[in-house]
Amino acid sequence: MSDTTQEKLQLGILSKDVIKHIDHWCTKFPEEKKQSAIIPALRYAQDAAGGWLSEDLIKAVADYLDVPHIKAFEVATFYSMFDLEPVGKYKIAVCDNISCKLNGADKIVDHIKRRLGVNCGETTEDGRYILRTCECMAACTNAPMMQINDREYHENLTLEKVDEILDDIDKQEDGK
Amino acid sequence: MIEFEIDGVKVKAEPGETIIQAADRAGVYIPRFCYHKKLSIAANCRMCLVEIEKAPKPTPACAFPASQDMKVFTRSPVALKAQRAVMEFLLINHPLDCPVCDQGGECELQDLSMGYGEGVSQYTERKKCVDDEDIGPLISTYMTRCIKCTRCVRFGDEIAGMPEIGAVNRGEDTEISTYVGKSVKSEVSGNIIDICPVGALTSKPYKFTARAWELKQHASIAPHDCLGSNIYIHTASNQYQKGREVKRVVPLDNEKINETWLSDRDRFSYEGLNSENRVTRPMIKQGGKWIETDWQSAMDMAYQGFAKIVEMKNPDAIGGLISPSATTEEHYLFQQLLRAIGTNNIDHRIRQIDFSDSMDSPTFPGLSINIEELEKQDTIVLIGSNIRHEQPLAGVRVRKAWKNGGKVLAINPVKRNYNFDTAKEMTVGISNMVPFLSEVVKALADKYKNKRFIEWLKDIKPSQDAIDFAEEIDKGVETAILLGADSLSHPQAGAIKSLVIAILAILQKGNYGELTTGANSAGAWLAGAVPHRLPTGENDSAGLNAQQMFSQPLDGYLLHGVEPEFDVANPQQALTALRYAPHVVVLSPFVSETMKDYANVILPIGAFSEISGSYVNVEGTTQRFRSANAPMGEARPGWKVLRVMGNFFEFEGFDYKDLEEVQMSFKEESDDDRKFERPMLYMKQDFVAHKPKGLIRIVDWPMYRVDATTRYAKSLQKTISDEERSARIHSKTVKQLKLNIPSGHMVEVIQNDESIQVKLVIDDNVPEKHVYLPAGLEETAGFGEVAGIVEVKIP
Ligand code: SF4
Ligand code: FES
Ligand code: FES
Repeated sequence: MSDTTQEKLQLGILSKDVIKHIDHWCTKFPEEKKQSAIIPALRYAQDAAGGWLSEDLIKAVADYLDVPHIKAFEVATFYSMFDLEPVGKYKIAVCDNISCKLNGADKIVDHIKRRLGVNCGETTEDGRYILRTCECMAACTNAPMMQINDREYHENLTLEKVDEILDDIDKQEDGK
Repeated sequence: MIEFEIDGVKVKAEPGETIIQAADRAGVYIPRFCYHKKLSIAANCRMCLVEIEKAPKPTPACAFPASQDMKVFTRSPVALKAQRAVMEFLLINHPLDCPVCDQGGECELQDLSMGYGEGVSQYTERKKCVDDEDIGPLISTYMTRCIKCTRCVRFGDEIAGMPEIGAVNRGEDTEISTYVGKSVKSEVSGNIIDICPVGALTSKPYKFTARAWELKQHASIAPHDCLGSNIYIHTASNQYQKGREVKRVVPLDNEKINETWLSDRDRFSYEGLNSENRVTRPMIKQGGKWIETDWQSAMDMAYQGFAKIVEMKNPDAIGGLISPSATTEEHYLFQQLLRAIGTNNIDHRIRQIDFSDSMDSPTFPGLSINIEELEKQDTIVLIGSNIRHEQPLAGVRVRKAWKNGGKVLAINPVKRNYNFDTAKEMTVGISNMVPFLSEVVKALADKYKNKRFIEWLKDIKPSQDAIDFAEEIDKGVETAILLGADSLSHPQAGAIKSLVIAILAILQKGNYGELTTGANSAGAWLAGAVPHRLPTGENDSAGLNAQQMFSQPLDGYLLHGVEPEFDVANPQQALTALRYAPHVVVLSPFVSETMKDYANVILPIGAFSEISGSYVNVEGTTQRFRSANAPMGEARPGWKVLRVMGNFFEFEGFDYKDLEEVQMSFKEESDDDRKFERPMLYMKQDFVAHKPKGLIRIVDWPMYRVDATTRYAKSLQKTISDEERSARIHSKTVKQLKLNIPSGHMVEVIQNDESIQVKLVIDDNVPEKHVYLPAGLEETAGFGEVAGIVEVKIP
């Protein structure tokens, strides 16, 4: 559908690599249902852009998939795994739903708060971490749990285990 | 057919029909917010919960299909409890500000909470607030009131093709938004005001000007396009001046024409009615000065002027132009008057420049199928049609056809921004419309070895594009070929028509349509408001047509509802002729400085809400309507003014007592039940390209500049973008012209030794060697003509 009110100027923002991934995802859906690829497309775009989606980036993804901008905005604002502002490089999400809560999720959260010196929803000053709580991740059998960067699950958490994980990340980052 | 029970009453339903559809038909009301008969099912508001026998929980009636012997209870204790609970939830975050809300008194939420709500809420926490967005000059938003039914979102997606509104964020933070505060741009955007069940989306021009219960409702017909959408005009009494004032216009359901929708032009043009440019007393020019006077003196002066011309010269030095949106009765009296004076110089085809097919034209130009059937076509070919802007609701039908899997093909002088995909779209400029079409005809003739047409087009060699295009047309089973304004005001309009008829003749299938300008071109033809045909349908010796009346200047002009500087195909020539003419009488609801410059007598007539009469739409349906309020000031309905003018001349046959008598007389003379006939095949055109040397100006009339009422409607005017007011030129042509400036800078456009300055927009949707500069704008008032040659320079 031609829509001149939607200038397609933002295409240049997407890197070749991101486009390759998007193309790959598009093959998984019927040609006329490209809209289905919005979630994976936004994820790759977000990863490549340092963990958050700018307005232009969302528009660029929409343009690339040839869907109206608002459709991509709907998705980007709906899912908590998309950040619309710059955030910490490592996104810590601690589940605070029922099973995890009963198994000490609050203590885990408090511990991380103290260690990083931030409240929930805040990014550390050095921009390394953002701490958040999240809804049940279906890992209840191994509660409490947290997830890092929307991918890695860490289960059966204790305060020590949390420290180990964060120490590892710090080491890795400081070494760079 | 399925039979089942709603509240103990037996009801029938088609298989697959939902409970709410069957209930609506049976007259059982089930409360609802998100359900709308023209939109997809969302089932997100849960207001329509009903009890179904043996079902474990209440069920949404809008999403649940009826089945044989099912028992539904809409008012059982279980159903009522569920409905009450939903109502309470919906009101949790609703501001309950009905006293200051424009929807108050006609709000579905208000009504349903009266019927289904509790007096008290258990919820005492703080309510949520949502920021409002500015989505343009037509629609006001108050998003805190939104109940997230998503009707507006679905309307945008499904009907209008304006996917600009969406539901962003999640859960209780969900907001209906354009996210980036973009304005909603659609020719049918106003419908979201009607479908929004609450006061979240309301009309900006109407805001705070009246309450629903103060309004009186009058059924009428929209006066801007050839569909004749059915409308309700809402009036309120005006406390400062006597009489009623039009407060707003809303759609009146008519499945056959506008369904439940209305175009923005039909909805908001009423603002023009109350413009300060209305003329409320007869005016005459004396010694170069305008004075207001009484009807008697003004009519006398109008009459004297014409009588003198008849006496000194002959009646053929007089000519009359009438708006194609005047009523049939006005057209009828207009031609009766001029023919009684003794001239056939009568026309309503103000935007046409090629009249070569006049004598052969059918009873009236129109559509060979019903408007409704447009959406059932599997192939629609648009020829020179910007249908979204010209007949917005026909555009909605075409979009529907496309959504149902139909295919749209297009040939246009300039690339149009459709809200449907085209299977093949040719942008050929003014010059190549006819050559391309003749190639298509030739390709079809070749395919079917049709000797007659092969012979007729023997010098034409179809290009691959034309062969492909012809192939696509041929694949259609139900095909409609529609000619739009760009074809009808094309310098070779006759050739375009005859080629289209040839296509249908070769294929022996397909439907034909001319989507005419104005609301009542069909009525004008039937009433004889053309120079060569009488109301009886017989051809007469032709007088001058709309074009010739200005190219061969006359002494006396009678104008009815036309503003030539904006409305005609050759505004420059028209103004010159009018300024030189010794006697110009204008019947118009509006007055302008330009008018005062060329006219001698201005007679105020009623605007569309103020007159009774009838329109014949493009499919040939006659629709009568009555006035909603009295003409402003001393203005009089157009037909009465024409009638009295006839009395001044002491002509016979001008003693109509009322409009019915005019209608009777017209009916007797013309048999207004004459149906549309498809134009006959005539093959006498030659097919050379219209290729004058130089840059050709592509002219159309922007959607909100088509007639005086629309032009005076303030809010609509605010929606016209800068781009639409600019000269749009292809980047290559810009280079060839050595205009080394970017878009947005001023250029000088010169046509017929006159020049204007407008902004340049570099736009590759315009073909090379053309300049796309619309008429009807303030910028181009009285400037140039359709399809003329222009020069473009840096000023
Ligand atoms: S704005 Fe109106 S139509 Fe749109 S979702 Fe909200 S309540 Fe429904
Ligand atoms: S409650 Fe924490 S993973 Fe399910
Ligand atoms: S009307 Fe049925 S759920 Fe909204």
